[in-house]
Order: sequence, then C-alpha cells, then structure tokens
Amino acid sequence: MVGRTIKRIYIGIIFLFLYAPILVLIIYSFNESKSRGHWGGFTLKWYGELFRDPDIIKALYYTFIVALLSSLISTVIGTFAAIGIHNMGLFGKKIVLNINYLPVLNPDIVTGVALMTLFVSVNMRLGFLTMLISHVMFNIPYVILSVLPKLRQMNRHMAEAALDLGATPFYAMRKVVIPEIMPGVVTGALMAFTLSVDDFVISFFNTGSGVTNLSIVIYSMARRGIKPSINALSTIMLLTVAVLLLVINKRTAKGDELIP
Amino acid sequence: MSRKIIELKNLTKSYNGTKAVDNINLFIRENEFITLLGPSGCGKTTTLRMIGGFENPDSGDILFEGVRINDLPPYKRNINTIFQRYALFTHMNVYENIAFGLRIKKTPKDEMDRRIKKMLKLVELEGFEKRHVDSLSGGQQQRVAIARALVNEPKVLLLDEPLAALDLKLRKEMQIELMDMQKNVGITFIYVTHDQEEALTMSDTVVVMNNGVIQQVGSPVDIYNEPKNRFVADFIGESNILEGVMIEDYLVEFAGKKFKCVDKGFQHNEPVDVVIRPEDIDVTRREDGLLEGVVTSVVFKGVHYEMLVESNGFEYMIHSTDMQEVGSEVGLTFGPEDIHVMKREVTEIEKQG
Repeated sequence: MVGRTIKRIYIGIIFLFLYAPILVLIIYSFNESKSRGHWGGFTLKWYGELFRDPDIIKALYYTFIVALLSSLISTVIGTFAAIGIHNMGLFGKKIVLNINYLPVLNPDIVTGVALMTLFVSVNMRLGFLTMLISHVMFNIPYVILSVLPKLRQMNRHMAEAALDLGATPFYAMRKVVIPEIMPGVVTGALMAFTLSVDDFVISFFNTGSGVTNLSIVIYSMARRGIKPSINALSTIMLLTVAVLLLVINKRTAKGDELIP
Repeated sequence: MSRKIIELKNLTKSYNGTKAVDNINLFIRENEFITLLGPSGCGKTTTLRMIGGFENPDSGDILFEGVRINDLPPYKRNINTIFQRYALFTHMNVYENIAFGLRIKKTPKDEMDRRIKKMLKLVELEGFEKRHVDSLSGGQQQRVAIARALVNEPKVLLLDEPLAALDLKLRKEMQIELMDMQKNVGITFIYVTHDQEEALTMSDTVVVMNNGVIQQVGSPVDIYNEPKNRFVADFIGESNILEGVMIEDYLVEFAGKKFKCVDKGFQHNEPVDVVIRPEDIDVTRREDGLLEGVVTSVVFKGVHYEMLVESNGFEYMIHSTDMQEVGSEVGLTFGPEDIHVMKREVTEIEKQG
C-alpha cells in the first residue's frame, strides 16, 4: 500500500517536471496582462493578434507547405528505397541500413550546416527550395524505418503470388505490395510531417530572405523579448504536433490492423 | 497414357556454388498427381520454383506442352501456385483474393461472379465472400488459396508444402480433399512435400530427391516396396538395411546365412544392400525363427509396438501388435518376398553416413 503511494508520487513528480514548463506556457497564452508572473484575467486576444500578424501568417503558410511537400516527396522516395533495401542481399542490406541510420543520429546542427555548405558550394540561393530539399533529406530515413517492418511482416511470397496470378511486376507492386505495406507508409508520412513542422535548426541554416517557418519566427520574436503572442503560437504548434503524435501512436499500437 | 505436359531436361541450378538441382530429367503427364519428395534442401522446392518461373535454371530446359518456356515470366505461364503459408492478400477480402487473376484478364462481372461462386462451392466456403482473410482459420485460408489458383483454370497447379502449417487431423482431411479436387477438375498437380506418408497417400507418381538428384521415380507402391537404393529405403518408411551378397539369382546371403528371395539380374557374388520392412518381420519362438535374437527395447506406438531385436550384432526394428518382454529371446522370420535386394551404390548418401 505504501509502495503504491510512493510509486504514484514518484510518477507525479516526473510528469510535473516534464510538463510544468508546457503548462505554464499554455496558461500564460491566455493571460490578459502583458507582464509575466502576474495574472490579469483570461483572454484570447493574443491568439487574435497572431492571426493579424502578416509575418506569422506567412510563416504558417511556409511551415504547412514545406511539411506537406517534404512529407509527400520523402514518403515516395523512402517507400521505394525501403522496398529496394528489403530485397537486397544480407550484407548489402546491413551496409545500407547503417548508412540510413547515420542522418537519424547525426546532430541537427551538423546536418544543417552541412546542407548549407553544400547548397552554397553549388551556388544555390538559400530559400524555399533549399529548405524543402533539406526537409526531404532528413525525413527519408524515418520513412524507410517505418516502412521496413511492414515489408518484413509481409509473406515473402506475396509478390510472387501476384505474378503467379498473371500480374505484371508493375501491377503486382501497385495492387499488392504497396497496399500491403500502406499502414507503414502512412505512419512514415505522418512522422515526416511532424518532424518537418517541428524542425528549427536545419531550417534556420537552409532558408533565405523572406522564407521562414513558425519555429524561426518564434526564435526571432523571442530575441526581441518574450511577447505573450509567442506563448499562443507555441501552444498552437505544440497542440498540432501532439495531435499528430497521438495519431501515429494509435496507428502503431493497432499494429497489424489495416486501414479499411 | 496421356501426353506429357511438362518436361524437364538436364535442369541445373546452383546457389553460391552449391548445386541445388543437379542435372535432373523428368516428364510429367497430363492429369497426373506427381509429388516431389525429399528432405529439406534436396532441391524439390527449387525445381518447383523453376517450373513456376520464379527461378531461372543455370542450364537445361523446361518444356510446357513441347514448347521451351525458360524465358517466359511467371505471369505468362498457364501455371498457378499454392505457396507455403498461402500468401493471401491480407488487404483484400475472400472474394477479391479469388477475383485477382480474373480481374487481370478483364473477365466480365457476371462471369466472374459465377466462377467465384463455383470455386467457393468447390472448396466449401460458400457465403465467405466478404470475410477478411485474417479472420479465417488455417484450413480456410488454405481453401481460399486453392480457389484463388484454380479459378484461373490453369493446366498445371504447383503446390509447395501446402499442408505443412496445418495440424495432423486437418492435414489428413485436406489430403483427401485435394485428391478429390484434383480428380474433379482434371488438372495436373505437382506437389512438393518432405512428408513421405503424405506423398504415398496422395500421388500417382512419387519423385524421390536428395542432394539435387532424382533418386527414384515410380508409383507409391513401387517406391515403398522396391526402393532403388539405400537412401530411398531409409527415407520412405522405416527400414532394416543390411549389407549382403547376391550369390545367384533368387539367393542372397546376409546376416551370415543364405536366404531365398525374389530378386534376380545381379552378378554372381555382387555386394548388395538388403531391405526388410519392420512390419514384414514376424516374431516367433526362438527355435522356429530364421534368425535368433534378444529384445532390447519396446515402445508402444498406438497401433503397434515398435521393438528392437538384437541378433548377431545387428538391431532389427520390428512393428508388431504382439508385445514381447524386453530381454526375452525370440526368433525372427520373414518370407522370400519380404526381402528387397538393392544395388549397392557408392554415393554421396553413403559418404554422409
């Protein structure tokens, strides 16, 4: 009995530690008073102010477009890459998978600076395109990692069975292999979208004048002093990412169950 | 005899330098139920996959109705396959699984409905159209796989250990059903298994393979009663295999004695292998037996007792419904027709022991 109480207190402290800053942030986004540490009553005006700020609207637009495009492109590339890797010999598979893990483990700052160096060295002007390319780049490994398990689960004769029944290799891919691994593909796409919305460091180094995403806007606003509208914007971003994460987790927990 | 539908000529396939299939020659007749039988790694599945078009032979030819089909991709062969663990499309329901081949051929909707209905009736799954394949039992999935293949009306059906995943009772039932189906639809079945009992029960012709080489081709009765070599005798059923010498036609010497037999056509004093099946040996009183021995072990196997009797340094396995006590002294007897004489071959099999 005592053990259980201690356990509960312990887990309570952990959650408090993890979520207290976020909680404070959310509460202050509804604070009427401009000063921190003083509660001036409930308001939604900071949210309203956000949507009247053209810079923020533009950043919201870029964030969404980059997340959408980069998740789509990286899902297509990553899915076909995963199918290729799945069909490789044991040795080649190991090498490619380790190469695939490297960008995942690489610190964002290194990836960001490296990409910037690359773009500058080939004389590309930093802007929307370079930001999109860098997002596609860091998303691909995650897509591969979420598609591969589905391929492994698939009966290894599945594609052969389609060929056996008269399907050309292309038809078998379209009608059998892709639908069979679709849950992994969708999870990969959602993950890519989330990571893209989430990214600050890599975007910061690889974007140019006029093109900013939400995290960059928050960063530059914060340098000029914390305004309550930052809290509101951060709350919105937090909720978006949280919802996406919930969806991903629910899909992964469902495991083998398939989308209808 | 019906005509040959498939011929394999000098077919060879290697993986990383080891020959999985080593220069095999075989023909398969129309409407035949033929089984490729052998231990795992004997090349039976590789042979099947080459017929299906999933592996390319290194050398040799595959003929389908007299035409070479080596370079024909699987989707252009009039052959369908039941894969190990069925490989059903799990994102489709039963109807869509069976319709897969028909849709590719652009079959009209009403004809497709009619043929799928007929198939579901054949495999006794009427009313299962909308069911999700994951919700079916192993036996039911097996039936869907059969329907999915047969609805295309192939001339040849390949079956790669189709019953391996089922429990014993269901396996026995499906064996009978598959045999009935093959007779009803009148197509050639090429069946792969490592289960000798299954092969003997179901087939018109059994092809015993080992190390990529065909050891013997024949009817189940021939294979069982007249094994061509030590490997076949050992692999098919239980056997007592003794070394002996063929003195002359109808007379063989083994276990230090001369016995009458029904075999002939060997050279004088040719070394041979002698097979006596455990169920062909009768246990008698010591003084009545052709050989004398001591019972060293008795195991109850359900239908019969499996006894080991040591005689003159050789342990004979005997299947009998009469039990003898361990340690009792008994006589062993068998008739001339129970003795099967085989040519002694110095082969890979013997080298492996």
